[in-house]
Amino acid sequence: MLDYEMLKVIWWLFVGVLLVGFAIMDGHDMGVGTLLPFVGKGDDERRVVINTVGPHWDGNQVWFITGGGAIFAAWPLVYATAFSGFYWAMAAVLWSMFFRPVGFDYRSKIDNSAWRSAWDWGLFVGATVPPLIFGVAFGNLLQGVPFYFDNDLRSFYTGSFWALLNPFALLTGLVSTSMIVMHGANFLLIRTEGDVYKRSQNASILFGLLTLATFAAAGLWVAFSIKGFVLTGGDLPNALPNPMGKTVVAQAGAWLHNYSVYPLTMIVPALGFAGVLLSIVFAKANKPVMAFVSSAVSMLGIIGTAGVSMFPFIMPSSTDPRSSLTVWDSVSSHMTLELMFFATLILLPLVVFYTSWAYRVMSGKITLDFVERNDHSTY
Amino acid sequence: MISNELVDISRLQFAVVALFHFLFVPLTLGMTFILVIMESTYVVTGKQIYKDMTQFWGKLFGINFALGVTTGITMEFQFGTNWAYYSHYVGDVFGAPLAIEGLMAFFLESTFIGLFFFGWDKLSKVKHLMVTMLVALGSNLSALWILIGNGWMNNPVGSDFSWVTMRMEMTDFWAVVFNPQAQDKFVHAVSAGYLTASVFVLGISSWYLLKGRDIEFAKRSFRIAAAFGLASALSVIVLGDESGYTVGENQETKLAAIEAMWHTEPAPASFNLIAGINEAKQKNDWAVEIPYVMGIIGTRTLTKQIPGIAEIKERNRQHILDGIHAVVAMEALRKNPADVQAKTEFDQYKKYLGFGLLLKKYTEDVSKATPAMIQQAVNESVPRVTPLFWTFRIMVGLGFAMLALMSVALYASVRNTFMRQRWLLRWALWFIPAPWISAETGWFVSEYGRQPWTIYGVLPTHLSASSLTTASVYGSLIGFVLLYTGLFIVEMYLMVKFARQGPSSLHTGRYHGENHGQPHGGGAAPMHAPAKQL
Repeated sequence: MLDYEMLKVIWWLFVGVLLVGFAIMDGHDMGVGTLLPFVGKGDDERRVVINTVGPHWDGNQVWFITGGGAIFAAWPLVYATAFSGFYWAMAAVLWSMFFRPVGFDYRSKIDNSAWRSAWDWGLFVGATVPPLIFGVAFGNLLQGVPFYFDNDLRSFYTGSFWALLNPFALLTGLVSTSMIVMHGANFLLIRTEGDVYKRSQNASILFGLLTLATFAAAGLWVAFSIKGFVLTGGDLPNALPNPMGKTVVAQAGAWLHNYSVYPLTMIVPALGFAGVLLSIVFAKANKPVMAFVSSAVSMLGIIGTAGVSMFPFIMPSSTDPRSSLTVWDSVSSHMTLELMFFATLILLPLVVFYTSWAYRVMSGKITLDFVERNDHSTY
Repeated sequence: MISNELVDISRLQFAVVALFHFLFVPLTLGMTFILVIMESTYVVTGKQIYKDMTQFWGKLFGINFALGVTTGITMEFQFGTNWAYYSHYVGDVFGAPLAIEGLMAFFLESTFIGLFFFGWDKLSKVKHLMVTMLVALGSNLSALWILIGNGWMNNPVGSDFSWVTMRMEMTDFWAVVFNPQAQDKFVHAVSAGYLTASVFVLGISSWYLLKGRDIEFAKRSFRIAAAFGLASALSVIVLGDESGYTVGENQETKLAAIEAMWHTEPAPASFNLIAGINEAKQKNDWAVEIPYVMGIIGTRTLTKQIPGIAEIKERNRQHILDGIHAVVAMEALRKNPADVQAKTEFDQYKKYLGFGLLLKKYTEDVSKATPAMIQQAVNESVPRVTPLFWTFRIMVGLGFAMLALMSVALYASVRNTFMRQRWLLRWALWFIPAPWISAETGWFVSEYGRQPWTIYGVLPTHLSASSLTTASVYGSLIGFVLLYTGLFIVEMYLMVKFARQGPSSLHTGRYHGENHGQPHGGGAAPMHAPAKQL
């Protein structure tokens, strides 16, 4: 039997893997969706763009769904508190995502330019809103979220939707949006040619630079004017999870603490910067696959940076720091964590295996000619 | 305290989004298998028409599937956004099947569905068939895991309450997986899905036959639907009966309410076919009874008694009184974990903790519950009878009518007379909505019949809701209704449009109205460049 403390850390890593997996997989088709109205001029070009991700968007979206399911199973308190607290933000994510399945499937079923253009904008909204809001959510996690628990562990959210949209959170929203768009543009480099390729190349470089600038700015902001949180007592890693049994204080610069204690962790933000730089270089040098790998690495680094900075906190509370949720006290029971550990260990590699197979089967450039020849069988 | 209004609109919202999602799920479950049957026939016989059938019915399947995916994401959000306390309280047990559903089923279904639609030219025949089979496997596995979750809500096995973490925790995963409730529900629900798809294909094929177009295509589709439909209808009814038999207090309560059985009858109880229900007086003004049947369905014996509503309420009264001790002891323990007396008291009454929590709807401090409050909790411990009684009868009545339809359809297709039996074709066409009405009423019976609980005997619905403002929930409810209405109109428009076009929507040049060398193919229509559409 695996040690409870170890399982808690493993699940922190697993949730991280699922979030990064979501950013890499669903992220690239969301990036493609955001770019759709801009890199595709005219119906045929837009169909080229849509069909680069046509066979894969649905499978990719499952990274999002499974990420949610894994948080429900492994961190039920985080799932409950975050989803109900960020009520309207979640509604915005959900409602914007409504336009994706129907947008993809229904758009080209009717030959009418108003109909198609409406769905193109639907796909744009469905691809752009979720990454933006996830970025904003991370910005709020870093600042602490206004919630507390009562004695029965019922959570109460004391903030408003509009307070989520504060300047720092908007900046992190921009980090997230830029990196996803850069990544999507890199995917388009792999799967397209001609004018769409050229425009995607410009987009990849532009959003790469934007990612670099916003990520650096957010880092400086965290270092100099965001109060982090520090665990000052209670919350033993091996104990039964009890969020109310600890003491926590807010402290300036606390989010840099882990990097000074464990200097090796500085690799994580370094990966973020290096990945973006390489993505820009490779995109410019017409090396699409390398650019895509680089932007994937950059997202691992950027999302990882948020995780490492806050560890062991997951969702700190600004209203009542004691109610903050950590890796130690918002988790499921030992048995459930262990069970889900083995389930993930067996099933996730299988998923990666058949997903790669699916990509291999559908590989190759999507051309204008291809779309015209397969007018009735493509999106 | 959570207001009744908040709980009511949260429930209304869940019902709206779940019922709407469930418009698309059954067809997906069944169509994937019908597509497997059609494509297997294509692979074995090599006849192009079976490939065309797979692609055409696959197109209608795709239109439905898109909304299934859309509305499915909502379901995952609902627990966290609107039922946060539920999510915390049972996430340790309920979250696991949901996460496994994602890992094992959704990934499979969603990854291969892309290859199903776009992989025809990239895969060999056999490989493509394998892809279709994996889609079917994926969609059915997802039904399995979600119903394991739902089965646990009805019959919470393999778990235990911890006052330290203030939640239910898993003690035996395999008990949760092999929960008899879950297994029955799974086979019942997927069979209902197979039946839905069979009626869908049968009905639309009948329309082509009535119009005298695409005859070969429609005949073959009709036969497959009739055969698969008859097997499914039998399975739905047998397994539906099996889930009626499953034991447990939850099931007894549901059964008594469904049957409007106000008092325990001498065994074997009779079955009320229809009845004039008088909710106020807790009796039936009149009833058409069939002797013995209820006793046999409910107990599989002629001698065992089935408890009536009045007796169940009295049993619940005792549970509630015991539950008060459990709640009081638990609250003492949460304040002072070292309180030995409270610990003993809690261990003794723990089993009825959920019943004690029922009183939280009326008072914050359960130890001060008045006799009137206790009486109210007892009265509300059994769901209202009228809606359950009638929705159940609609479901079962339509189930038997569909069994009859499929029997006649299969008989007619074996004798090859169905082309002439226009009444049968019309019956099939007009019956297209029947499986949906049946499925929706079935969902209602299952979920409304569990009230006042989200987890039977463990967590009252009242406590499960998130602490949101009513304005927020009204706002989101309006948003869901507007968006779903819009999406539904678009979906129906496309579904009807492509069903009307029929296999000519594949643009192979072989079908009705395509005007490629078939003299009867509507010679008046002008030749024109293929329209730019899928």
